[in-house]
Amino acid sequence: MYFVAQILTSFIASAAFGFVFNVPLRLLPHCGAVGMAGWIVYIIGIELNLDAIPATLIAAFLVTVLSQWFSKLNKTPIILFSVSGIIPLVPGGLAYDAMRHVVEDQYDTAVQLAVKAFMISGAIAIGLVFSEVINQIIRRSER
Amino acid sequence: MTMSDNPIPIENKSLNAGIPKSQIDLITQTCLLAGKIILQNGGETYRVEDTMVRIAAAYGIESSHSFVTPTGLIFAIDGASHVTRLYRISERNNNLMKVSMVNDISRRISGGSLPVEEAFRLLEDIDRTPNAYRNVYKVLAASIASGCFLIMFQGSWLDFLPVALIGGFGFLFFLIIHHFVPIKFFAEFLTAIMIGAAASLVVHFGLGVDLDKIIIGSVMPLVPGLHITNAVRDLMAGHLVSGLSKGAEAFLTAFAIGAGIATVLTFN
Repeated sequence: MYFVAQILTSFIASAAFGFVFNVPLRLLPHCGAVGMAGWIVYIIGIELNLDAIPATLIAAFLVTVLSQWFSKLNKTPIILFSVSGIIPLVPGGLAYDAMRHVVEDQYDTAVQLAVKAFMISGAIAIGLVFSEVINQIIRRSER
Repeated sequence: MTMSDNPIPIENKSLNAGIPKSQIDLITQTCLLAGKIILQNGGETYRVEDTMVRIAAAYGIESSHSFVTPTGLIFAIDGASHVTRLYRISERNNNLMKVSMVNDISRRISGGSLPVEEAFRLLEDIDRTPNAYRNVYKVLAASIASGCFLIMFQGSWLDFLPVALIGGFGFLFFLIIHHFVPIKFFAEFLTAIMIGAAASLVVHFGLGVDLDKIIIGSVMPLVPGLHITNAVRDLMAGHLVSGLSKGAEAFLTAFAIGAGIATVLTFN
């Protein structure tokens, strides 16, 4: 039940996000699928007791690979898919917790949480870049 | 990646000599317009530069250069009748549909099936029409997304409705405020305060359970996802100026949201 709810909500949330960014209607299911795939990989990683940082890294990697595939398939810019795929992985909750501790004058905890949020953002960035680089290597070797 | 292969511009009078001046002007305008639309609507910087140079090349311009930052673009053509044009971008928004449409046109131009007059007219059409979903639907989508994010972040189903309402209301509030206050940072700050206040009220009157989860879910539609992704991609493509400034924009947005929520929590 838990997984079903996660799969459904992540699909809908990513597609709805694509809608807010004006992604064409026929491509919204793709946006949803990208976001869903990334989020499933992320929660499976967490369930397997993986730390949030490597789990995010793998998820972001998958999001970019899928986005690249979809963009090649539909001949559209990759940004249409990767944006809504990345959104669920953004460490909004952690950043919020950090902010909350700042307000409560617990700066030591706040800094720890903020650094963690920063690391997760870094993992997203590296995941994005990593698959991009691999994609370019593949394209170059095909030539 | 793409631009670095360009030759160093030298005064070569024989370059592009066969193309009449009026034609070159029109091609330049077409390139600028295509670049402007992509840049204004949330496309990546490298895509803007790539598209402009590609369009020029497809129309037989041998050596062209473009320099793009989030706040303006410069496009130059070398040769006998060299042209340099600057276009200032002061307003940006997220409309990926337009980016995709310009991309389609650029593909057709590269394929050689679109004369420049026609291309310019099509691009003007894209630029003029809004090509966006109606705001009512966007607010609805934002509200659904908020509710779903709550479930993804382990919130309880009891909070689904309040979060969907607050998330949608927050997004609507942002659209209205941003319409009157052009400073995005300020609009986001005010919206975050409104969301925080609404969430506190909802929990205070027992309509919601978990204040933290409600706030996180409702704030998600404002998260600068597009800017983060763009910033990283631009940095990696070697567009350091654009990458850093888009990163700064994303950081400002995140900071505005955080500060707004923190303001509410202080009084809580």
